Order: sequence, then C-alpha cells, then structure tokens
Amino acid sequence: MKKFSNKYIFIFSTVMVVIVASLLSLAATLLQPAQERNLEIEKKKSMLESILIPATRNDAVELYDKYIKESFVLNSKGEIMENVDAFNVVLKNEQKKPLDEQYLPVFISIPDNGEKVIILPVQGKGLWGPIWGYVSLMPDMNTIYGVTFDHKGETPGLGAEINTSHFENMFKGKQLFDNDKFISVDVVKGGADPNDKHGVDAISGGTITSKGLEKMLFDCIAKYEDYLLKNRI
Amino acid sequence: MNNQEKEPLFSAKNFNLLTAPLNKNNPITIQVLGICSALAVTVKLKPALVMALSVTIVIAVSNVVVAALRQYIPDRIRIIVQLVVIATLVILVDQILKAYAFDVSKQLSVFVGLIITNCIIMGRLEAFAMANKPWQSFLDGVGNGAGYGIILIIVAFLRELLGSGTIYGYPVIEKLGLYSIGYENNGMMILPPMALIVVGLIIWAQRGRDKSLIENK
Repeated sequence: MKKFSNKYIFIFSTVMVVIVASLLSLAATLLQPAQERNLEIEKKKSMLESILIPATRNDAVELYDKYIKESFVLNSKGEIMENVDAFNVVLKNEQKKPLDEQYLPVFISIPDNGEKVIILPVQGKGLWGPIWGYVSLMPDMNTIYGVTFDHKGETPGLGAEINTSHFENMFKGKQLFDNDKFISVDVVKGGADPNDKHGVDAISGGTITSKGLEKMLFDCIAKYEDYLLKNRI
Repeated sequence: MNNQEKEPLFSAKNFNLLTAPLNKNNPITIQVLGICSALAVTVKLKPALVMALSVTIVIAVSNVVVAALRQYIPDRIRIIVQLVVIATLVILVDQILKAYAFDVSKQLSVFVGLIITNCIIMGRLEAFAMANKPWQSFLDGVGNGAGYGIILIIVAFLRELLGSGTIYGYPVIEKLGLYSIGYENNGMMILPPMALIVVGLIIWAQRGRDKSLIENK
C-alpha cells in the first residue's frame, strides 16, 4: 500500500466531501417537485379512502376534486378561521402548539349517496413511530362513515394491520357521542361486543399500536367537540 | 497482473466472480453477512425484490467507484471513504424511490437507510474492490447482490405463502379454496424469528447437497 502524506489526506477528504455534497443537493433539488407531488397524491388518496371511495395513484387527484367540495380550518372553540388553507395544514406541527392556537382542518365531501360527510384528520403515535389517518362522519356528526389509517413503521403483521380494510371496516357505524357526552371509539383487547357502539376489536399482538390509535382518535376528535355538537343534524 | 489486461470481459475467472456468490460463496448462507436485513424485509415478496435490486445496484456501483479510486484512496481513511461512497449512493436511491416509486419507498421505509449498514457492501469493498480493477469489482458486486437477492426471494416466497397465503400479493390459498377446508395461515411465519429459521433450513439444505461447503471444526 502506498504511503500518503497528511496534506494529501486532508485535500482528498475535502474534495470528496465537496463533490458528494453538491451531488446530493443537486439530486434533492431536482427530485423535490416529484416527491412533493407524491405526498399530495397520497394525502388525497387517503381522504378518499376514508369516505369509502377506492382511488389509485392515477385518479386520486381527479376524484378528490370531484368529491371533496369544501375545506376550512377551525380553532379549538369551533370558529372558522379565515385565510388558512386546510389542505396544507400539517397536523403534526399543529399538535406542538398550545391548544387555542392550533388549526383544526375540516373537509366536507359529498359521496355518491348525496349525503354531506365531513372528514377529520387524526395524527398520533404508535409503537415505533407516527400513525395517522382520516375519520369521516355522517351528517349527524356522531356516526362514523368510514376511516382510513396509516403508519410509518409499525411491525408488519402486528401493529401494521391498522391500515388493512379488515381493521378499518370495523369502525363503520360506530358512534362518537353517547347523548351529548364525547366518548370516542375504544379499541378493546380480546374483542369488543358486536353491539358495542363505541368499541372495536384490538389487533392481537399489536396492543401498543391499538392503544395509540385509541388515544389518537380521542385526543384529535375531542378538539372538534364544540363544532360537532353545534353542527349536527 | 499485466496479463489480466488482455483477458476477455467474460473469461472463466471473471465469470466465476459473478456466479460463485450465487451458490458456493453466497453472502448470506456461506459468508453469513447481511442477515439482519434478510429478516426485516422478507415478510412479503415485493419489498424483498426491491431490496435485492437496490442492494445490488448500490453494491455494484460502489464497488466500481472504490475500485476506480483504489490507487488514490489513502489507506488510513479508507473505511471513511468507503462509507461516504455507500451512504451517498443509498441516499440517491432513497430519493429516487421517493420520487418515482412512492409506494415501494413507503413499504421499505427505514430499510432503505439500512442498506448503508448492510455488512455485505462494506465487506465487498474492503475485501475485493480495494484490490481489484473496476470491471472485476463490478462483476463481484453484481454477483454478491444477486446471491443476496436469491436468498431473500426464497425466504420471502416461503414466508408470504405460508404466513399470508399470497404470492406477490395474489391470494393463492384463497383461490385454491384451502380456507374452506380448514386451512389456516401460520402467523409465526410473519414474525422475524421464522426468517432466521428459514435461512437456517436453506443453509442446511445447501450443505447437505454439497458436502465440501461444510466448515471444518
């Protein structure tokens, strides 16, 4: 092996770092638009799934424009905030703010049955990382129309089951309120009673993810309580 | 070494570089490298396939880059240089997947970053590329990537079929009507320990067929 002087080693590493850095920043800049577009499509696709409209990556944008009629942002008192774009609100960042400064996005959609369904985004923590999803409610602002969940890195076959339709379908028809009291939907270990209006089966082997999901639903939807009670039919 | 320059591109020796890792010098079953990622991505065939492909690309390209620079890389910082080359390529692969194969990148999530720590890549750079020419290193990289990929695909095939009852997402067991006669998927196959056991079975079968592979005590 050849001997190299210290000077050579320093120059070599400096040049290497500069080349690598410019290469990576070039790639990041060039690919950014395509990546952002993917995230946008993904978000629209999830929202459509929560109102039970199956979308692919190709038709998600088109279907979104067709079904999602209106969107706005609420504050924690249930008042509409002006001049904020609901689609671009990042829930994870909002949750770091004090409650009365948080933006709470609401999306209104009209699926093919003609009913006005509202979609609320939720965001929480699973076992290994963030979990999130969308919950859609019937016009009574109480009965769940559909849900969709997703996760970043839950265990495949266990916690990761939250994004399967088998799990998501159990939420349909469950209720958030008992008279006027907000209860949310519980994820019951060992299986929920089929007549239980506020419970679904937990995932066996995925207890921490299930509990995280339960907490996510309660915490996120509770913030909309005033709005939901005021606007129900 | 001079006579090597006249060697044809696919001489017997070079061809051996490509094929040895598929069987007699397999990175997983013989060199026992890269086991951790083999456990993580083999629940379903699709991520296993993409992982195999990404690792092959990264290992082949980084082998070429390091082999081309081998005369200029100072010995004392060679590990750092190797790591920088691998990390750069992995980040590029990750960015490209995010832009053009979003679903796959979502499924692989953290595993793409983990290609960096795949010991096969570092192992080949240190053991082969630092001492050989770019073309030989390229063949060695492709061979090792493919050898890794083959095991990954075999394991993923078995785990997906027995654990989820599907092949590449296609519900085979359901179509065969086995559920209606009382067949159930084996949930154990989905968990990481079964990947280790399947790899163990492959190692057993391979050494059973070829006794020369059995290590001396």
